[in-house]
Amino acid sequence: MALLGKQERDALWDPVFNNNPIALQVLGICSALAVTTQLKTALVMCIALTAVTGFSNLSVSFVRNSTPHAIRIIVQMTIIASLVIVVDQVLKAYVFNVWQQLSVFVGLIITNCIVLGRAEGFALQNPPLLSFLDGIGNGAGYSAILLGAAVLREFFGSGRLYGHQILPLVTDGGWYVPNGLMLLSPAAFFIIGFFIWGLRTWKPEQVEVD
Amino acid sequence: MQRSGTLYTLGFAAAVCLVCSALVCGAAVALKSRQELNVVIDRQEKILSVSGLVALDEAVAAAELQRRFDDNIVMRVVDLATGEYAPNEDELLAAEYDMVEGAKDEETSVQAPANRARVKRLPKYAVVPQVINDGKPDMLILPVWGQGLWSVLYGYIALDKDCTTVRGLTFYEHEETPGLGGEVDNPNWKALWPGRKVFDNDGKPAIRLVKGRAGSVEEAPHAVDALSGATITSRGVENLLNFWLSEHGYGPYLERFRETGS
Repeated sequence: MALLGKQERDALWDPVFNNNPIALQVLGICSALAVTTQLKTALVMCIALTAVTGFSNLSVSFVRNSTPHAIRIIVQMTIIASLVIVVDQVLKAYVFNVWQQLSVFVGLIITNCIVLGRAEGFALQNPPLLSFLDGIGNGAGYSAILLGAAVLREFFGSGRLYGHQILPLVTDGGWYVPNGLMLLSPAAFFIIGFFIWGLRTWKPEQVEVD
Repeated sequence: MQRSGTLYTLGFAAAVCLVCSALVCGAAVALKSRQELNVVIDRQEKILSVSGLVALDEAVAAAELQRRFDDNIVMRVVDLATGEYAPNEDELLAAEYDMVEGAKDEETSVQAPANRARVKRLPKYAVVPQVINDGKPDMLILPVWGQGLWSVLYGYIALDKDCTTVRGLTFYEHEETPGLGGEVDNPNWKALWPGRKVFDNDGKPAIRLVKGRAGSVEEAPHAVDALSGATITSRGVENLLNFWLSEHGYGPYLERFRETGS
């Protein structure tokens, strides 16, 4: 990390714990509910979203000084939408099975509040490299929560991790009765709620003032 | 630089659009052949899997899939109304005719009669892969689809050459709830299907999905366990199979095949 100064390091690491987009800003919950029933889909989704936030921040920051103020949001949306299409195409070409499962959720990265939020809130005021790191950091923060939720949901919901059977299921002659609730969207709400609780107990400064 | 003029704004918007569209087009064109190959491989894998030529938990390389497919499978085009093979079969196959797309086109489809599978239009021609053994069709792989809970389930049912005994069932596209209706993809559930009889003694489609354990093939030739927690998906599977095997679907073809053996 010697290459990066304090400011760059903060841009990269702050969003993971101190300013997590899901846990503190409570953005991007929709896809967090949808793709976390399996670790594999969650992982691919995290990589896709991190790539999109990173590169959209980079591009938005790159043209920030020449972007007319009046059309900046639509310019950001155009850039984000193009990147999402590219990511969707790449997934379809290289991880076809996962692409089939993620279906509409990759396309919905376009409307993920984290991406536009970082472009508008950070990349517009900061130089390209710093913005890129901020994008990657926010992607990592999103990923940390998603992967945590996916591990719990896949493990308790189907007794598996990354598709490998860990707990033998009753239906296969084993002893584990899978928790069906874990496979439904509300389970992700509960898990993310517990994460937020845990994080705010650890870092009380994140608690909002009533 | 002047950043607020109308001309500048228009010029900037045009430049952004140009760069972005170049990026999107570039990605789409560069990856197209790979994506199309993926779709073809995926379809072949499902056909091989439903016919048992690829075991349910077997991972097979693309080249091996291709080899098994070419060695064992022949695609035939069936006129659903008459049950005969289509006269322009080669032409349709050469043009990579897709029956799901065909069912959407007014020209190549007909209005389906009211049915519980909620299929709205039927294609005039169906593409039926056959497993060939000693130069004769040994298994018919019938494409089927119908409404589940959230989505339309698309799949294949493989029938023995007696046109009654199930050899396999698989779905290649659906959006049912993972863990509940999504268990149509569960290998253990799929393994319940081979050996069941799709028609009763009167030749009527007779598949039922029943609550609890249906029992062995001998005990319950027409019944399979429903998926727990997924009543509507299970009913959807039952309805779509019975619809496609009826006289509106593959009925005429199966009847003709049973008499002539080809």
